[in-house]
Amino acid sequence: MPDSIKTTGWTPEQPMVALRDVHKSFGNLEVLKGITFDVMKGEVICIIGPSGSGKSTLIRCINALNTIDRGSITVEGQEVNDPELDKLELRKKVGMVFQQYNLFPHKTALQNVMMAPLHVLKEDPAEVEERARKLIRKVRLEGKEDSYPGELSGGQQQRVAIARSLAMKPDVMLFDEVTAALDPETVKEVLLTIRELAEDGMTCMLVTHEMGFARELANHIYFTDRGVIVEHGPPQSFFKEAKDPRTREFLSQIL
Amino acid sequence: MKPGYVIPGVDAAAATDMPVLLPVAERLSRETGRQRREGVWRLELRAWHGFVLFAVFLLSLGVAEAQVETPGDRSPLATLVRWIPFLLWQNGNGFVLNLIISFLAMAIGTVAGAALGLGQISIFKPVRMICWSVTQLFRNSPWLVLLFCIMLLLPFEIEIGDTVYNIPDWMKAVIGFSLPIMANLSEVVRGAVLSIPTGQWESSEALAFSRIQQLWMIVLPQCFKRMIPPWMNWYAILTMATPLCSIMGVEESVHLAQQAMAAEDSRPELLAPFYSFLMVMFFLYCYPIARWTIRLERKYVVNI
Repeated sequence: MPDSIKTTGWTPEQPMVALRDVHKSFGNLEVLKGITFDVMKGEVICIIGPSGSGKSTLIRCINALNTIDRGSITVEGQEVNDPELDKLELRKKVGMVFQQYNLFPHKTALQNVMMAPLHVLKEDPAEVEERARKLIRKVRLEGKEDSYPGELSGGQQQRVAIARSLAMKPDVMLFDEVTAALDPETVKEVLLTIRELAEDGMTCMLVTHEMGFARELANHIYFTDRGVIVEHGPPQSFFKEAKDPRTREFLSQIL
Repeated sequence: MKPGYVIPGVDAAAATDMPVLLPVAERLSRETGRQRREGVWRLELRAWHGFVLFAVFLLSLGVAEAQVETPGDRSPLATLVRWIPFLLWQNGNGFVLNLIISFLAMAIGTVAGAALGLGQISIFKPVRMICWSVTQLFRNSPWLVLLFCIMLLLPFEIEIGDTVYNIPDWMKAVIGFSLPIMANLSEVVRGAVLSIPTGQWESSEALAFSRIQQLWMIVLPQCFKRMIPPWMNWYAILTMATPLCSIMGVEESVHLAQQAMAAEDSRPELLAPFYSFLMVMFFLYCYPIARWTIRLERKYVVNI
């Protein structure tokens, strides 16, 4: 991204994603009440918390699927909460994977992966196809290139969705409860894919209920409840020395 | 589907910002879905309808034969057979003209309806409001009134350069029929776009597709199949409505049937056989379309 570095003055030593006092309401319901944290390049952070605590909303604000009311979110120095924001440019940098996979049902797995680079980035078709096939191999779906989403299991669809997002060569990946709709057996294969991604150095932000996964993989864990970060820390200390009663109660229910 | 995501160009009735209101929103969307289905006059032709029509036709012929008073008169069956070419295809009038009008009105209505339907989901509110108003106006007006308006408003000839072109009545009828078809197909397009899960909009948006790309590459291709059954349904309805223009003197089958009967000294016993014959003709044309619509509907598992 030489252009964005030039225009925003962002350097890789600075936080890749920075949230400052982020507020967001749906009508009268305040979902985010001042969230502040940083994500450095190559970091994996997990956001956990009870349902309705604003985790998904938070992560969706980062690629401007939701707008924020107050505060600031920057991605590589670019302000997301800016009316002049070029959303398409932002979204080229930020990949996102959803709970419901949301693959395009009228396209094959390979076409799903190829579509955005072809039509959004306008890259060379041969090159895109080569990259897409590589990505499908990477998510262990060799041989499924020509299957339609309806012919794939939930776990397989989710891995295609990850490959589809990676095909845009994003700098940050957002995972919004990507394993919540899967049965326990297929959860593993999706988590394995994300693990490999993290080990390759991809910056990842996950909203998840997989505590074991968060403990092993995350550099930092944030616990949110009712729109605020109640507690955070690296996994070792977070799981052992949680101080806040709300965190302790949540962890006792989950673990 | 996550709360807080509003498809650009779709008003609040179809999407809600309030996570706490989701169950209500779902109920509402179910209700509007049902209303949408009920609002459509769904063609339910069955094979036995055809048998009944045919039986009525035979019966009326039989009764007509028995009613012949003057011994010298030609039998009703022979009379009908003599007029069949006139009623169905002669000079490109008659039943053939009904079909021509239906094709052309459908073609114009489809193109205009698609544009209007897309206008209804435009991100520009004024465009959305205008297209919505036009749709509602023509969707909720009686077809006959629209037909009269067009017949009387359009000039009977136009001058382009030095040449004067006559606009025949049947061509005006085409325009008149295409208006309600346009409006109803506009709703079909809007309904089909709304029936695509919001997840498709979200994920394509997250992949940096522009709105136009989202619509043309992701959403509309998925809508296309869903639109075929209601589109065919509207075609069958339109075809059955074409005799409306007989009132304006367009020489389609019902109008010609009146002329034929007048030429036969308006013998009253001919009425029932002539009209039930035309009904059988319309049935024979529309029944396969209706069956095919239902088959496609089952195949694509959609309701209209």
